[in-house]
Amino acid sequence: MEIVGSRKPAADEAPILSLYRSAPQVEVILDDFERFAIDRLLVLKGVSDGLSRGKKPEEMEKLVKELWRTHMGHPDASETRNKDIISHFILRLVYCRTEDLRNWFLSAETTLFRCRYRLQNLETQRMLLAEFDFPYKALSQAEFEVVKEKLVQVSRSIGLSPNDAAESVFFKMPFEEVSDLVSSRKVFLLKGYAYVAMSQVSSPVTKQFRRILSKALELTNRKWTSISQEKEKNRLTPIVESLSSSYLGPDYSQHQESSEISLRDIDRLANNSFPPCMRHLFEKLREDHHLKHGGRMQLSLFLKGVGLKLEDALTFWKAEFSQKVGTERFDKEYAYSIRHNYGKEGKRTDYTPYSCQKIISSTPGVGDHHGCPYRHFSEENLRAALTKMGVGGHAMDDIMQKVQTRHYQLACTLTFEAVHGISCDTGVNHPNQYFIESRKALELKRQPTT
Amino acid sequence: MSNEEILDGDDHMQIDGHDSELQRSSKVPQGFNADYLKVYYGKLFPYDDIFKWMSYGNAGKHPACDPSYFGRREFSFSLGNDTYCRYQSFNSVTEFENSIKKNCPFKIDIGPVYRLHPAKRFAYAQSGSDGFAPVERELVFDIDISDYDDVRHCCSGADVCTNCWPLMTIAIKVIDTALRDDFGFNHILWVFSGRRGVHCWVCDSRARRLNNDERASIAKYFHVYKCGESGFKKVSLAGSVLHPFLARSYTDVLRIYFEEKLLCNQSLLSSEDRYEKILELVSNKSITDELHDKWQGHRRSSNTEEDLNITRWEQLKHVLQSGKQKGLRRCVEEIVFLYTYPRLDMEVSKHMNHLLKSPFCVHPKTGRVCVPIDPAHCDEFDPTTVPTLSTLLEELNKRGDNSESSNELESTSLGQYITMFRSCFLEPLLKSCKEEMENAYNANLQQSRNSLSW
Repeated sequence: MEIVGSRKPAADEAPILSLYRSAPQVEVILDDFERFAIDRLLVLKGVSDGLSRGKKPEEMEKLVKELWRTHMGHPDASETRNKDIISHFILRLVYCRTEDLRNWFLSAETTLFRCRYRLQNLETQRMLLAEFDFPYKALSQAEFEVVKEKLVQVSRSIGLSPNDAAESVFFKMPFEEVSDLVSSRKVFLLKGYAYVAMSQVSSPVTKQFRRILSKALELTNRKWTSISQEKEKNRLTPIVESLSSSYLGPDYSQHQESSEISLRDIDRLANNSFPPCMRHLFEKLREDHHLKHGGRMQLSLFLKGVGLKLEDALTFWKAEFSQKVGTERFDKEYAYSIRHNYGKEGKRTDYTPYSCQKIISSTPGVGDHHGCPYRHFSEENLRAALTKMGVGGHAMDDIMQKVQTRHYQLACTLTFEAVHGISCDTGVNHPNQYFIESRKALELKRQPTT
Repeated sequence: MSNEEILDGDDHMQIDGHDSELQRSSKVPQGFNADYLKVYYGKLFPYDDIFKWMSYGNAGKHPACDPSYFGRREFSFSLGNDTYCRYQSFNSVTEFENSIKKNCPFKIDIGPVYRLHPAKRFAYAQSGSDGFAPVERELVFDIDISDYDDVRHCCSGADVCTNCWPLMTIAIKVIDTALRDDFGFNHILWVFSGRRGVHCWVCDSRARRLNNDERASIAKYFHVYKCGESGFKKVSLAGSVLHPFLARSYTDVLRIYFEEKLLCNQSLLSSEDRYEKILELVSNKSITDELHDKWQGHRRSSNTEEDLNITRWEQLKHVLQSGKQKGLRRCVEEIVFLYTYPRLDMEVSKHMNHLLKSPFCVHPKTGRVCVPIDPAHCDEFDPTTVPTLSTLLEELNKRGDNSESSNELESTSLGQYITMFRSCFLEPLLKSCKEEMENAYNANLQQSRNSLSW
């Protein structure tokens, strides 16, 4: 984007929603540059928080409506449109520079786009299809009749009335275009094609949006690192760098040297400072001397982040697993993946511990113990687990209420507060952060007496 | 290199040298060891077929062939001495064959095709580019019978018998039909995993190019279980009717197998502990109490046990289906789903870079060969009669050394599986690879002609 350009945009011609295919040729004063970026960041941060709380699509739409109005709204619609486009392109610069930043931005922007699209009425949605060069044609009456019965069946299976299907316009497209509808079985599939109702068309449109943005981010990254970064050394680069660091938490892949833990302490630490998800895995491991793959990954990376050194980790896992499968099988089948997690095997990537968002969105199967207790446990089991941690009474009710509204991380924050008797203002968004905060809190409590 | 060239010599001496009784009795003791495996890799392992498969038509002479294709595929070896070697890659069938013969891996895993040669991965990892990323991989599924332990009573863990194997047959039928009819895939290979389950390889070019999200969406399309907390599984089917895929699976496969096989095979309702488990799935207490009382009283009826399972199922169905509440009617379906519906290992299918054991490996614990299963005849498949390493060696020994000319492989009981692999899977696959390649080539040609004329 030209920060200083010549032509004013013709805002009136612009559609209500943009795919951001080309950067605007428009003058932006440097103050606006930063202000616009921060406003959009507030929206994206809100979206990303909503996602990690496992909010349902309808709730996300409500949230986006609110966020957009608060941070991006302007009485003059063309101002809003300008700000939308400008802020988007600024944040592209900010978030193009590493894979983690790109992924975060991509996910938040895509969700934002989907919600904004779905907030339009069907008529506007349909008009936007033309604007977006949507490549699929509506099903003809003859084509429709052939599959009508099945379309009605799908419609009823997702709780809509049969009329919804009978009266809707349908599009036929490769199933890859609508992964989200495929995974929730919300479309009819026949020979590789998905039959997508007008009310579901946000799905392929969003996919198209994501594809375009993903490519654009890669390109922007190359351009920024090869040309602009140096040219803008004194002007944009400082702004861009400070913006990108402000809203993504640390990834907890590097534990502090001082926070190394030893095997002797691990049971005590697990009991005092592990978040419920890790306590559960830890206890199950001690009990069964075994954990399935998902559980091993979740716990082993957490322990790495906590500061368990590779040699200690191997000793720790071996001591448990060998009771069940024998030392030999441990060395043969399991040691590899522990070393792998520490970046000592295979691709040699130093893997990062799982965040709450990742854990909440995992799908544990039979015999699995990983995942987020607030999300994946039955109420009964969750209550039992929390009682064991010393949570009761009022706090328990509050936590259960958060769980019911699917605010899993808030539930975990409340648990932290109940267990430690101290408030946790930042909220819990990473098991390793829970651990660090817990150590800090316990340290504080201990100090006055020593 | 042909199989003939590597016959005789060392290989034979090793079996014979191992136990001189062997040749006379032609009886080979059951088991699995490196010496047996050497002979298997020396004479029987179908290198050419695997190579042709994994080349997807790129091994030919057509100008559109990509000669680097097979070489960018990752193989991994689990060696006898407990080491695991990832990122093995081979530029030709000869390299592939020689390396396997030399290393004699207890297990061969197949990984994805990378953008660049796996041997060069460090160079790219350091430069920080994503050159070393998987670009193609079959869509794979892994189903283990040990995941069904809460619904089978004959065996547990890694054991299987002909009473619980129908669970795998169901899985093959349900998944295979959906892959073909719903997703439009044609080139699907089912393989016995050698011990406790089946693997599925979907090899259409469209399947190989799916990204991780698309893979996950297919795996989730197949996923009906709600679970999470400590091992307890539940199926809850929402909506006033079932999605066409679930409805079809239910009427065409699940219900039939449940009522005709599993109900009696697994004696699901004959004893109190078992019917209790099923009654727990019914949410209406007055109904469960009623049936419980009825079944407890009738313990000593004149019926045989088989009849008891069926009578009780009919009673249960009758009570639930005549009920007024919609949820109760759905209960019958939920019970059948819980006891029969395929349980996939989701993680295996979701990611491109998940490794999966190669067909025609030998399972070290059972000595059985991972043979393909024809989905059209999967009812006839019996895991307990799959050729083992030792029976194959016996068959080779029986043949003796005198008939060198004909193919050793086809003379053993593995032969029929190879024939089936070729005719049901490999040949149709290569035919369509060739067509796709020619079409793409001609389209390219046309395009460049057009741009030239312009």
